Amino acid sequence: MALSGMRGLSVFISDIRNCQNKEQERLRVDKELGNIRTRFKNEKGLTPYEKKKYVWKMLYIYMLGYDVDFGHMEAVSLISAPKYPEKQVGYIVTSSLLNENHDFLRLAINTVRNDIIGRNETFQCLALTLVGNIGGREFAESLAPDVQKLLISSSCRPLVRKKAALCLLRLYRKNPDVVNVDGWSDRMAQLLDERDLGVLTSSMSLLVALVANNHEAYWSCLPKCVKALERLARNQDIPQEYTYYGIPSPWLQVKTMRALQYFPTIEDPNTRRSLFEVLQRILMGTDVVKNVNKNNASHAVLFEALALVMHLDAEKEMMSQCVALLGKFIAVREPNIRYLGLENMTRMLMVTDVQDIIKRHQAQIITSLKDPDISIRRRALDLLYGMCDVSNAKDIVEELLQYLSTADFAMREELSLKAAILAEKFAPDLSWYVDVILQLIDKAGDFVSDDIWFRVVQFVTNNEDLQPYAAVKAREYLDKPAIHETMVKVSAYILGEYSHLLARRPGCSPKEIFSIIHEKLPTVSTSTIPILLSTYAKILMHTQPSDPELQNQIWAIFRKYESCIDAEIQQRAVEYFALSSKGAALMDIMAEMPKFPERQSALIKKAEDTEADTAEQSALKLRAQQQTSNALVVTDQRPANGTPPVSELRLVKVPSMSNVDHSSADHGVTQENGTLTVVDPQPPEPSADLLSDLLGPLAIEGPPGSAVQSERNLVPGTEGVPNAEDALAIAPVGEQTNTVQPIGNIAERFQALGLKDSGVLYEDPYIQIGIKAEWRAHQGRLVLFLGNKNTSPLVSVQAVILPPSHLKMELSLVPDTIPPRAQVQCPLEVINLRPSRDVAVLDFSYQFGTHVNVKLRLPAVLNKFLQPVSVSAEEFFPQWRSLSGPPLKLQEVVRGVRPMSLAEMANLFNSFRLIVCPGLDPNANNLVASTTFYSESTRAMLCLIRIETDPADRTQLRMTVASGEPTLTFELKEFIKEQLVSIPTVSRGPAPPPPPPPPPTSAPAALSDPGAMLAGLLH
Amino acid sequence: IRFILLQNRQGKTRLAKYYIPLEESEKHKVEYEVHRLVVNRDPKFTNFVEFRTHKVIYRRYAGLFFSLCVDITDNELAYLESIHLFVEILDHFFSNVCELDLVFNFHKVYLILDEFILAGELQETSKRAIIERMGELEKLE
Repeated sequence: MALSGMRGLSVFISDIRNCQNKEQERLRVDKELGNIRTRFKNEKGLTPYEKKKYVWKMLYIYMLGYDVDFGHMEAVSLISAPKYPEKQVGYIVTSSLLNENHDFLRLAINTVRNDIIGRNETFQCLALTLVGNIGGREFAESLAPDVQKLLISSSCRPLVRKKAALCLLRLYRKNPDVVNVDGWSDRMAQLLDERDLGVLTSSMSLLVALVANNHEAYWSCLPKCVKALERLARNQDIPQEYTYYGIPSPWLQVKTMRALQYFPTIEDPNTRRSLFEVLQRILMGTDVVKNVNKNNASHAVLFEALALVMHLDAEKEMMSQCVALLGKFIAVREPNIRYLGLENMTRMLMVTDVQDIIKRHQAQIITSLKDPDISIRRRALDLLYGMCDVSNAKDIVEELLQYLSTADFAMREELSLKAAILAEKFAPDLSWYVDVILQLIDKAGDFVSDDIWFRVVQFVTNNEDLQPYAAVKAREYLDKPAIHETMVKVSAYILGEYSHLLARRPGCSPKEIFSIIHEKLPTVSTSTIPILLSTYAKILMHTQPSDPELQNQIWAIFRKYESCIDAEIQQRAVEYFALSSKGAALMDIMAEMPKFPERQSALIKKAEDTEADTAEQSALKLRAQQQTSNALVVTDQRPANGTPPVSELRLVKVPSMSNVDHSSADHGVTQENGTLTVVDPQPPEPSADLLSDLLGPLAIEGPPGSAVQSERNLVPGTEGVPNAEDALAIAPVGEQTNTVQPIGNIAERFQALGLKDSGVLYEDPYIQIGIKAEWRAHQGRLVLFLGNKNTSPLVSVQAVILPPSHLKMELSLVPDTIPPRAQVQCPLEVINLRPSRDVAVLDFSYQFGTHVNVKLRLPAVLNKFLQPVSVSAEEFFPQWRSLSGPPLKLQEVVRGVRPMSLAEMANLFNSFRLIVCPGLDPNANNLVASTTFYSESTRAMLCLIRIETDPADRTQLRMTVASGEPTLTFELKEFIKEQLVSIPTVSRGPAPPPPPPPPPTSAPAALSDPGAMLAGLLH
Repeated sequence: IRFILLQNRQGKTRLAKYYIPLEESEKHKVEYEVHRLVVNRDPKFTNFVEFRTHKVIYRRYAGLFFSLCVDITDNELAYLESIHLFVEILDHFFSNVCELDLVFNFHKVYLILDEFILAGELQETSKRAIIERMGELEKLE
């Protein structure tokens, strides 16, 4: 091999290698740097060869870790050398030493441009490589058109064009505006016809970046991608040099499937069919082979195919094939495949409904949680976290707790955070939740962040039933020797509030409680002492009649801390001493903590904040965002050089209402009492507000009532809501002059939410409104998730509920401003008074540049108040007969039914919680269903439905509905009819539908909201 | 790909290529951390380690570690095999490559890498095309 030698360079490298220690190396390097510096000073004497040699040497020295800043200029200036050898060195060394933010790079921009548009192919390649590797915004703006020209030029060799493709990709990432969508999408499609696989590989990467941002513009590329994939998968016309261990370029296959994942669906049936054939072939045809490289390459393709299948919502059969494959993978010995099996199972959870199948592998996944490889353990933890629900929460959380004692430090914080979240989300009962958190603190106190214990205190405060239990537990932990300081904090807090509930138990007299807590005082840090002081004050307050001995003990402590150097401790000591000398007044001021306003768990936010940044937004995430609102919260992009994920968790503080009303309540109380100094809430440090939520009110607090009152005044819309009939009349009339276009079809979203309990209600470029609902009998609890998608705040946010007369609805406080990229949760309580099909409307507005106002129907619809019940023949028939005719039993022949098979109809009924009871009706063409309806007026009421279909004419049927209440029977009958008859919905086309002829009053914008139109039709 | 590192067991960097702008001090930190992350891993472990908010895909050849830093959503096995392809190319070019070849001819390694990866994406996956291109370039010198 003829390696062109540069003797001076080789000698220098040898010298360095012969250095015995770092000191010698430094001396040698310094000598060389001095030499280079003097040589460059008298530049005239330098031959091009020497320049080249010295610049290479500099790069070598740089690689050793030394500073060579003085040489940047020399490297950059070599770029304009006329001859290839020097130019090459200039380009390569510059792109290694500098990054896009260096000023020197600007000096080169003209030379680089000249090289790109010049006729020397080699120079073009060098210039494209430099720009592709370190080009910044300035390069993007001045060079993009030239690079585009090279990419599509027919006279350039593939060599140049593939570099141009990737160079353009870099420029596009720096500034997406440099690619003009209109002109470029056709060109891009043409590029995908390329025969040269090098150019195709590079172009495919470019396409991935383009479609990740805007798939709409590149629909024409979709069939081409499928063609390219077919060509590869069938090994047609693939040169030998592009097969890797017998597999036609696995990288291009992967890239192509990646690009396809950015298109939401594939509409053309032929394309879809071809693609599924290819995917099926990959899924079935990938075997485990001995050769590691071949095995890896084929599995790289397989895993990408799995991701694509998941994305495309394949048929059930193919999905279960995928789950089966993954199930196999998570049990294999080969660590990489097992890792990917776990990872992809977690992803699968996010997009499809396969939880139950995955649960079967729980034992296997738990084994991986104990794997020696931390990478695998992390994947297993993520998967367990994702697959946890009410049914398996106990098992999984206990498994995590058990593992916590042996887990390595690197994982403990994440582990305890996840365990805490799961315990909170899926607790079958709250006492279990308290147990879990206390165990967590006990086992891994150092890794339990403050948020975790704040949260458990919140729960205990808000649930009276829980308080005695929590107090008992806290007392038990205090008996243990050497408990963690966090445990001291939480037990002291809980016992301060609730130990009087235990007064009759042995070891729980105020005196005993006090002395066991006080034992810990010498061991704790200054941040804990204020909590202990509050606890003492509370104990005093609860000890009625007072115990002089205890009082003296505690007073002595207060007095001791009156001169403490820590301001917080000092203030509390002084105040508590003064207050407790006032006797009865103490009762009012030290009363039990009022309930905390509901808010999203800070923990969950915390977990969501650990999103990583990626070059292209992942297809999976894009999709998840479309599906559930929970995935929305994304914090600002972190700099690429952030600190490790766990420690960089930062609280993104939603302007919780609590902040507002705490401070206002505090001020209010203070003025009324007039005796206290106001402790201002601390300035808004990242976590100070949480702290002040919990700790602040300890020092001064009023009777719980006042907080509630002030809260109520702030709720917008409790007054001034027009009565229900008016409200409904307003809702459908669209006077919406919005210029902001909604994303997705509002009517379809509403309909989907009629069947499921969480999803997106509305989305536009600035905001996403998600909804999550829980229904219990005649009550419902909805949470609106208002997510700001921008990097600047949304202001003048207003949400008013216009309830129909049969629903009582109460929306909690909606903040006026939603901070950038934050999500706010607003709970909404619903009570169903009577049966009715009327729909509640959310009148929502905000300001972002323009004023945006939308009226959205809320999915608090009739079927939400149904509970499935299946009845036997013995129950059904007597009931059916006893409800003998109108108005309790109504019959109607319905025409214009959407044709569907009986099985489909049964599915439809079941999805509305009208449970089909098979076998009750002897006639196979009939269908019998039952359900229980809940409302305040009807209580639980059984409803029975019978459908008689005509196999000869599927568009008509006879329906009979019976219940114990005339309105219910009528409303339910109408409701079912609406579901069966095809409702004129707006077609799915990309263009908005032509306006229907008559209504001249409605503004054009109203037509873009089919939801509003539909609401009009229904009434 | 965010960056590529070639390090020996002692943590000496033999090649470093960054496709994202990083400060010098940050580069040193990254190199130190990545080395610590991969050097003590059991050969029976996965070739993937989470690194900050990204993933490092690495492979060991004798005393040399080849590490790629990629997004967490990227296809791990595809990148793992691209390391191997790169090694095969080096092996072919230097006929039986060893660490010393890479030390004394580090400038060649940069050239080869620039033909293989550009802008953090794979540019060419044909060994032959790259070797031929290197031949062309040598003639120009």
